[in-house]
Amino acid sequence: MADKVLMKGNEALAEAAMCAGCRHFFGYPITPQTEISAYLSKHMPKVGGTFLQAESEVAAINMVLGAAAAGVRVMTSSSSPGISLKSEGISYIAGCDLPAVIVNVQRGGPGLGGIQPSQADYYQATRGLGHGDFHMIVLAPSTVQEVIDLTFEAFDLADLYRMPVLMLSDGILGQMMEPASFPEGTGRTLPEKDWAVTGTQGKRKKNIVNSLYLQPDELERKVMERYERYDAIKKTEQKCERFMMDDAEYVVVAYGASARVAKNAIVAARAEGMKVGMIRPITLWPFPVDAIREATEQAKAFLTVELSMGQMIDDVRLACECKKPVHLCNRTGGMIVKPQEVLAKLKEISGGAK
Amino acid sequence: MNHEILFAGFGGQGILFAGKVLVYAGMLEGRQVSWLPSYGPEMRGGTANCSVIISDDPIGSPIINDPAILVAMNLPSLDKFEDLIQKDGYAFIDSTLITRKVERNDVKTFYIPATQMAQDNGMKGLANMIMLGKVIRELGVMDMESIKKGLVKVIPERKKDMLEVNLKAVQMGYDF
Repeated sequence: MADKVLMKGNEALAEAAMCAGCRHFFGYPITPQTEISAYLSKHMPKVGGTFLQAESEVAAINMVLGAAAAGVRVMTSSSSPGISLKSEGISYIAGCDLPAVIVNVQRGGPGLGGIQPSQADYYQATRGLGHGDFHMIVLAPSTVQEVIDLTFEAFDLADLYRMPVLMLSDGILGQMMEPASFPEGTGRTLPEKDWAVTGTQGKRKKNIVNSLYLQPDELERKVMERYERYDAIKKTEQKCERFMMDDAEYVVVAYGASARVAKNAIVAARAEGMKVGMIRPITLWPFPVDAIREATEQAKAFLTVELSMGQMIDDVRLACECKKPVHLCNRTGGMIVKPQEVLAKLKEISGGAK
Repeated sequence: MNHEILFAGFGGQGILFAGKVLVYAGMLEGRQVSWLPSYGPEMRGGTANCSVIISDDPIGSPIINDPAILVAMNLPSLDKFEDLIQKDGYAFIDSTLITRKVERNDVKTFYIPATQMAQDNGMKGLANMIMLGKVIRELGVMDMESIKKGLVKVIPERKKDMLEVNLKAVQMGYDF
């Protein structure tokens, strides 16, 4: 590990992408992801990379598709409304089995919404980022260090499973600075990109990258193959942090920036003698179902803390099979939950249980 | 020791910069730090603030809702945050630009004519560093040596000649 530096989450993500070997970035400006594009526009040319501000989000994501098809590490970044515009291209990338990293620094919605931090794109990220049967791996960092580490991971996972990976950040993580350092690399051995369209020089059969299958049986087979891959990912790639879980009776589930707020509340609750812990999903897809399931035994209740009207709460309910009550503490539209609000909610749901 | 400091003022006063110097210095001391700016449709002359946390424990939320320490460099900032300062907290007021007094009597208040001091000493634009000097002195956040190291990191290469005058401004606030 190199020396620690202070960087905004957005800048750290951009630098990490370059360190991970990303040499192609296509984007279109939007707040609060601005620093990613700004950083790459300045630094990408210095390493011989391509930074291109496209004429629109739709153009940018299709440039990502093209670059990914050529076998290079490629990334785009945007914020909520821009991600909606990219959704068609993301579906095509998934349908073409291409690796690409897409960053969503979330802001309030729906519509043009606002520019303050939000987590209201959870459903979109984990369920419906485009048409058709597909998933993308969704990574949710909670610190600037994790922004860096997960960016490396995102490129690896994309290459490993040949699928789009979404980094789900938010306005707080993007804008805040905290100390972090850059690892040398992940050391993972990745498969050859022998499917890439790089020119045959007449020496081999053509590679074709395509998402069009007019024969339904062939399309069904393709989708089913993809879902076998998804099943393998669900088994091996679930990731979460367990915080003060050993004797926890009340289990907070929160990710990203809201998990940071929740941590303050949990420390305060512990100081008052309440047995509270947290499961912090790091992968949102695959959701850390196993960890929630395991905690269901010991939990009297779950509490999700979200900067949305309650979206991840559905995954917690599914994972615990509704065996325990699942409560919600939330703000939305760019408003941030306060630790005191989480603490008050914990007291409310624990009733006289102390 | 935990310090949660909210710097607030006009865009262009170096509010975010003052916070950066402090967090860099804190990091170089091996402490936990976070820095979070307000962002929005703001521009030079608009309001700006940043939340700075320096702590010996891991930092959860980087957001300061109710500051223990407020550094206010314009009236709108004092108006906005005065009621939110924690009981027995601190307020550092640039009394050149804020002519009213702090109304809370459960907050320890320091009035520093930082903008005037900067002007009088040929340090235009360095009222932020004067305020910072006063803050670290009164609260014992860190010593001048650490601030110097922070400044060395934060001042970009092409403005290296600004280091001395920045340090002088911090010292002036420290001695005020």
